[in-house]
Amino acid sequence: MPKVKIPRKSTNIDMTAMCDVAFLLLSFFIMATKQKPPEAITVQAPSSISTEVAKEKAILVTLNKEGKVFLMLGDKTKKNEILEEMNTYKQLQLSPAEMTKLKAADFIGVPFAQLKSALDTDIKPELMPGIPCGDSATNELREWMRVVTNAYQGSKKEDFELLVKGDNLAKYPVFKNIIDAFQANNQLRFKLVTNPEGLSSETEYYKNHVINKTDEK
Amino acid sequence: MAELDTSSGGGHKKGPGVKKPTKKSTRVDLTPMVDLGFLLITFFVFTTTMQQPTAMKMAVPKDDPTIRTEVKQSGAMTILLGKGDQIYYYYGQLTNPNEQFKVSNFTKIREEILNKKRNTPLGDLMIVIKPNEEATFKNTVDIFDEMTIDDIKPGHFALDKITPDENKLIQLTQESNGIK
Repeated sequence: MPKVKIPRKSTNIDMTAMCDVAFLLLSFFIMATKQKPPEAITVQAPSSISTEVAKEKAILVTLNKEGKVFLMLGDKTKKNEILEEMNTYKQLQLSPAEMTKLKAADFIGVPFAQLKSALDTDIKPELMPGIPCGDSATNELREWMRVVTNAYQGSKKEDFELLVKGDNLAKYPVFKNIIDAFQANNQLRFKLVTNPEGLSSETEYYKNHVINKTDEK
Repeated sequence: MAELDTSSGGGHKKGPGVKKPTKKSTRVDLTPMVDLGFLLITFFVFTTTMQQPTAMKMAVPKDDPTIRTEVKQSGAMTILLGKGDQIYYYYGQLTNPNEQFKVSNFTKIREEILNKKRNTPLGDLMIVIKPNEEATFKNTVDIFDEMTIDDIKPGHFALDKITPDENKLIQLTQESNGIK
């Protein structure tokens, strides 16, 4: 009886298809990734059900978990104006070179008194003491907000966005002082930066808003 | 005379000294490339932040001590935020703390708020939120988010300053409940 020959199959697999998939996924993720600037101040924001996306171009007050307050002027069009105004208003006597440095800085995190020396010594973000934001007498954020408010006087409402980004663990009193600083300058509407969170379909908000909205469509 | 050998293909000499040119396969081993591809994918998957931060709207009243909102006692609910994610609440005016002052937390408070909302005439409801010194930013945001979730209309809740009496009550309750 003739022996049945079992043909030996090659163990080589065609990798082309797999390679295609790999690079397709790769290109997707590269495109989906938004290059975020490295955040010097780490903040774990709380979550809320809000679905509105926070604007990048905004005046952002950051509150870290130690209760330090930082100010970021995200709106490049007004940033220089605000800083120049602050220099003259508080008589900081910054040299043109220091002003250039200040304008290039991502955020402000030192009291007025230390601003000049901080610009000269390149202080690290984590060592910055933050903008003093205590009670009314020591609340320097008020002064900042005052200049910011003036800078935006007359500009459109949509162009001005005031954001507060706080850390989960930050204590309430500092947040209250931030609100006070806003109130003192008649900035009564602002937004809190949060992470998105799922909304249960059992909730009142869902029943009254989400369902009705889909019905209308 | 010199002659160019233009014949190709079939004209090969098949003598013993001439080697047959071996046809090399055009197949390339793609395994390392796939490896690299997946390595990069893993990198990007880990670094991608798909979630964009959202913005929660907030409005505060004008800073003017002369403006005072009158609140009906029957519709008032005061929520106090304390240490360790604890919530304390009472209805109306605090006259009898032993009975009125209650402890809750962020999962249980929803029922209370909804109950109050159901049992109060539409215009009378007022929820006063008073975080104390120990409350965190997260607590404050969470309770405001809770207002949105429970569909309490703007103007029916407000942030207020805690009174020394209320603070003391929180302290006492904390001690008896062993919250540090």
